[in-house]
Amino acid sequence: MTTERIDRCFARLREQQKTALVVYLTIGDPSVGASTACALAALEAGADILELGVPFSDPTADGPVIAAAAHRAIEQGGSLRAALRVAAAVRDKSDAPLVLFSYVNPIVAFGEAELPRAAVEAGADGLLVVDLPPEEGRELRDAAGAVGLSIIPLVAPTTDREREERVLSRASGFVYSVSLTGVTGSKQAPLAEAGKRAHELRARAGLPVVVGFGIDSAEKARSVASAGVDGVVVGTAIVKAIAASSDPPGAVRDLVGELRRGLDG
Amino acid sequence: MGLPCEVYMGEVDVARQAPNVARMELLGARVIPVSSGSRTLKDAMNEALRDWVTNVEHTHYCVGSAAGPHPYPMVVAELQRVIGDEARGQFEIQSGGLPDAAVACVGGGSNAIGLFRAFIPDSDVALYGVEAAGEGLETGHHAATLTAGRVGVLHGARTRVLSDDDGQILEAHSISAGLDYPGVGPEHAALAESGRAVYLTATDAEALEAAELVARREGIIVALETAHAFARLADIARRERERRGRLVRVVLGLSGRGDKDLATLVGERE
Repeated sequence: MTTERIDRCFARLREQQKTALVVYLTIGDPSVGASTACALAALEAGADILELGVPFSDPTADGPVIAAAAHRAIEQGGSLRAALRVAAAVRDKSDAPLVLFSYVNPIVAFGEAELPRAAVEAGADGLLVVDLPPEEGRELRDAAGAVGLSIIPLVAPTTDREREERVLSRASGFVYSVSLTGVTGSKQAPLAEAGKRAHELRARAGLPVVVGFGIDSAEKARSVASAGVDGVVVGTAIVKAIAASSDPPGAVRDLVGELRRGLDG
Repeated sequence: MGLPCEVYMGEVDVARQAPNVARMELLGARVIPVSSGSRTLKDAMNEALRDWVTNVEHTHYCVGSAAGPHPYPMVVAELQRVIGDEARGQFEIQSGGLPDAAVACVGGGSNAIGLFRAFIPDSDVALYGVEAAGEGLETGHHAATLTAGRVGVLHGARTRVLSDDDGQILEAHSISAGLDYPGVGPEHAALAESGRAVYLTATDAEALEAAELVARREGIIVALETAHAFARLADIARRERERRGRLVRVVLGLSGRGDKDLATLVGERE
């Protein structure tokens, strides 16, 4: 079962006293083929979990870097289907947990009842839907539950306790704690506070907690990790490095290696 | 109250609705042009939502449409309801009883839902919305979400949207800024699905023609949005007359004046 792959990954990291490094990629930027190569490069360089970002035309949770990457990716054939193909190609070569990261409309277009099975068949372990509130998406959640696909919940700094309970009620895999009020790629993330909050959340969730949004360097990754969280997510910095390089897998390898050393050092 | 007010508006709309921008600035708002995507309402909403999640501790968000996440469509509909309540009251005084039909243009659908809300429980009052068919439904350059869209989620609302097979939102097109949105207020999607309201379309050309007709016959310069409703008015009256076998009385929500559209109206005549 797929949730188990995530559970095993965190259990192993706990044993090794390591923090999970979660790497986000926008699938299709600069091309779908390059995304597969970047995914494999990230894993080789020390990423533990990959978030395969489905590009969406109106990414309201993303800052300008990932939004621009999404628009480029759509032009290059990036889509939910393409993300499933990348997942399958990566799964052929790696046992690392793969999480599909999407806005809900591509999932609605694909079919909410159909996606979880297709995702699991492609080798994905989790699904993170940024704009699906806990009150919605029952069909998707039921279908995901039936095939053991984790729906990774997001908890924001503005999520109060009552809502947090609802958000966590059907969670499995891990919990994504958003470091700040804002969009991805923000510079001014209050990371010490975010780490502390995520550490507290961990006790209530009974699941590993990873922190994302605004972590763009080895130093920041280490500072969040030192608060005792289970993992950190790096997205915008990776997407930016890919966009700036003529050798995207090489750029990913370098940056992920640096982040890994930062976390372990 | 001295609250600062920031308005996100697509670059295209800033240009084609210059008088509205000037008015907002005169009233003390800061208008921020948005240059991403289609540079219209959809992209302005994206930016407003990003601003809001970033500044949520000290900022409130609102949108001038019945679209977006719950509870905003409901809040906007409740506020806009004054249109329907007053129309109903005035009709009662001037004509007695209820109209046979109520008509309004629909983009996001705020003025229409405001008008409709006062009549939804009166099942004998037919409700008609008119969407923008832009350059024609067959060209793909339109904003007729209810007529030609599919179920999807945009800006936190599950409704009808213009989207492709991958779930990417398509760019809408309409000559009128207010109808140029690839989604629609979710209540309209529900009214269309239940059949309580009927949604028709009018093209850019039909709207321009209707605007001119109303100007010449009534001496009223209507907004291009409203002109879409006028473009279908005769068809709606005919339809209701045939259905009821008598002359009918129709209320049309005149959602806005056309001063802001003068440049477009004059430009298109040349």
